[in-house]
Amino acid sequence: MSKHVKDLVVTAVEKLRDDYAVIHLHDPAATLPEILPGQFVEVRVDHSPNTFLRRPISINEVDINKNEFSLLVHAVGEGTKAMLALKPGDKLNCLYPLGHGFTIPEGSGRQLLLCGGGVGTAPLLYYGRRLKEAGHEPTFLLGGRSARDLLQLDQFEQYGRVCCTTEDGTYGEHGRVTDHSVLKSQTFDAVATCGPMPMMQAVARWASSLNLPCEASLENLMACGLGACLCCVVKTIDNHNICVCQDGPVFNTQQLQWQK
Amino acid sequence: MAKVNVNIGDGLQLKNPVLTASGTFGYGLEFADLIDLGRLGGIIVKGTTLNPREGNDYPRMAETPMGMLNCVGLQNKGAAYFCSEIYPKIKDLDTNVLVNVSGSSPEDYAECAAMMAQLDNIPAIELNISCPNVKDGGMAFGVTCEGAASVVKAVRKAYNKTLIVKLSPNVTDIASIARAVEDEGADAVSLINTLMGMHIDIRRRRSVLSIGTGGLSGPAVRPVAVRMVWQVAHAVKIPVIGLGGIMTAEDAIEFLMAGATAIEVGTANFIDPCASVKIAEGINRWLDEQGVADVHDIIGAAW
Ligand SMILES: Cc1cc2nc3c(=O)[nH]c(=O)nc-3n(C[C@H](O)[C@H](O)[C@H](O)COP(=O)(O)OP(=O)(O)OC[C@H]3O[C@@H](n4cnc5c(N)ncnc54)[C@H](O)[C@@H]3O)c2cc1C
Ligand SMILES: Cc1cc2nc3c(=O)[nH]c(=O)nc-3n(C[C@H](O)[C@H](O)[C@H](O)COP(=O)(O)O)c2cc1C
Ligand code: FES
Repeated sequence: MSKHVKDLVVTAVEKLRDDYAVIHLHDPAATLPEILPGQFVEVRVDHSPNTFLRRPISINEVDINKNEFSLLVHAVGEGTKAMLALKPGDKLNCLYPLGHGFTIPEGSGRQLLLCGGGVGTAPLLYYGRRLKEAGHEPTFLLGGRSARDLLQLDQFEQYGRVCCTTEDGTYGEHGRVTDHSVLKSQTFDAVATCGPMPMMQAVARWASSLNLPCEASLENLMACGLGACLCCVVKTIDNHNICVCQDGPVFNTQQLQWQK
Repeated sequence: MAKVNVNIGDGLQLKNPVLTASGTFGYGLEFADLIDLGRLGGIIVKGTTLNPREGNDYPRMAETPMGMLNCVGLQNKGAAYFCSEIYPKIKDLDTNVLVNVSGSSPEDYAECAAMMAQLDNIPAIELNISCPNVKDGGMAFGVTCEGAASVVKAVRKAYNKTLIVKLSPNVTDIASIARAVEDEGADAVSLINTLMGMHIDIRRRRSVLSIGTGGLSGPAVRPVAVRMVWQVAHAVKIPVIGLGGIMTAEDAIEFLMAGATAIEVGTANFIDPCASVKIAEGINRWLDEQGVADVHDIIGAAW
């Protein structure tokens, strides 16, 4: 699976909220490379003069027919704000697809729990679709502070059951993802999570208490995205530093120290 | 087409003056999907030490105005691993592969260098006496003439191929250090390594980097680097390799005009993984446009 660096064309910027948008990117010149769920793009934000390094953003969905993929971007600082200001027709320089993605289990009919919070739900959409296409049954468990934090629910529903929690009780069950009743009412073969660190750690602890394999997608600070600079490391259980960009961003949580 | 090949000492022939800087280009293979490595003068691989090192804790980087800080701290799997596992994969690349060697005493610099001397397809090493991110060794040797001389002296005995010494900018008088390593038999000097810096997260009231300080690189350091290359090129007879914030061919030409015989591309690889090749092509184009027949005609042109 080779990596590319290219100017892609923005075909649409769907605002989901003031500070969230889905950016659709099209390659007019060549067929998109194979993209695995959980892989990411290093975006160069040329129109943001103070944004020096590229910004890593997960691949949210892929549309092979349109030769497009999309990014779900949360505007938290200058670089991501500038991404939300993109207009159809603009070019965006993308280095992709990077990293190792989520596992698609062998066989079919596996029950997977995909647990996301905040912008961490981004890679779970494409993962859910690929799972469904492979004959598995994903359940999405999405958490937020409030109803307005839950994004792309209609799209998630196309690929599996959607369960939600909000901390203020405005949508779904009241509480955090690990409080949701589905964890007791349904059994799962494997778990995947992406979102704020405390959420992923809680999910990993829960999975580990049931001996379920659990994969988490990490969001460490990155410079190169290629495994060349060693800036993005995380500690493994045997105390080695490994690259999140190249060895991850998706890891089996048993491999990492932070779960303890 | 202008002539762009340059020599560093007797043993290192570069097809063009563009090398990639250690620590910013992995082992080259990370970029093989994206660029033709054969179009580079050479690749300088990750800092390698005699024994494996885990490096510093995360966070290891921070973005800064037109640059970045890093405190990676020489994470690598050691010289023996390099020789047995990595060298076979990169030895037949159609470019020069150089190893950046670091250590914590003159003896282990020398031992590591001796191992590299055994590798037929490594024509040169770059001694890193300028890493600001490790406590034991590294920059400690590069900030005094005596320290720098002691490492070069030990390595010179163990290593008879082309020896490049990479200098630290975190010194009062870089020219005197350059002279000290020249006197001990270095074949070339490269400069600059990163400038020590710091970035504080005012919300957390703490430094962003795990060890507090880090090394600054990128365009932010370029004017400092050009000035130092100019000073060192005046002070020594051996070739000077210039680096620090080179993003474009024009930046590279600035270093050549300051007196550098070759240049290295570092942080720019993160912004554009094709930067090194584009810079090599851009130098060619610029020379042709200016009617310059040989890159040597612009080396030191600003003196
Ligand atoms: C593999 C990976 C996948 C990611 N996927 C997405 C995604 O799909 N959608 C999305 O919106 N964001 C994603 N992120 C996070 C995104 O990269 C950062 O939010 C972005 O780099 C911030 O840039 P900025 O210039 O807007 O903010 P800055 O001005 O750089 O920072 C603003 C704030 O964001 C925090 N921040 C900066 N970088 C990161 C980071 N890497 N992770 C977490 N917080 C950060 C800073 O600490 C600061 O508080 C991902 C990160 C990684 C490593
Ligand atoms: C992430 C990172 C890692 C580095 N690792 C090394 C190293 O192992 N050995 C070394 O001599 N220099 C190392 N450097 C310094 C660079 O090789 C170079 O001297 C410096 O970054 C200045 O050049 P630039 O501005 O073009 O990056 C590193 C720099 C960065 C940014
Ligand atoms: S970001 Fe450079 S190695 Fe991961």
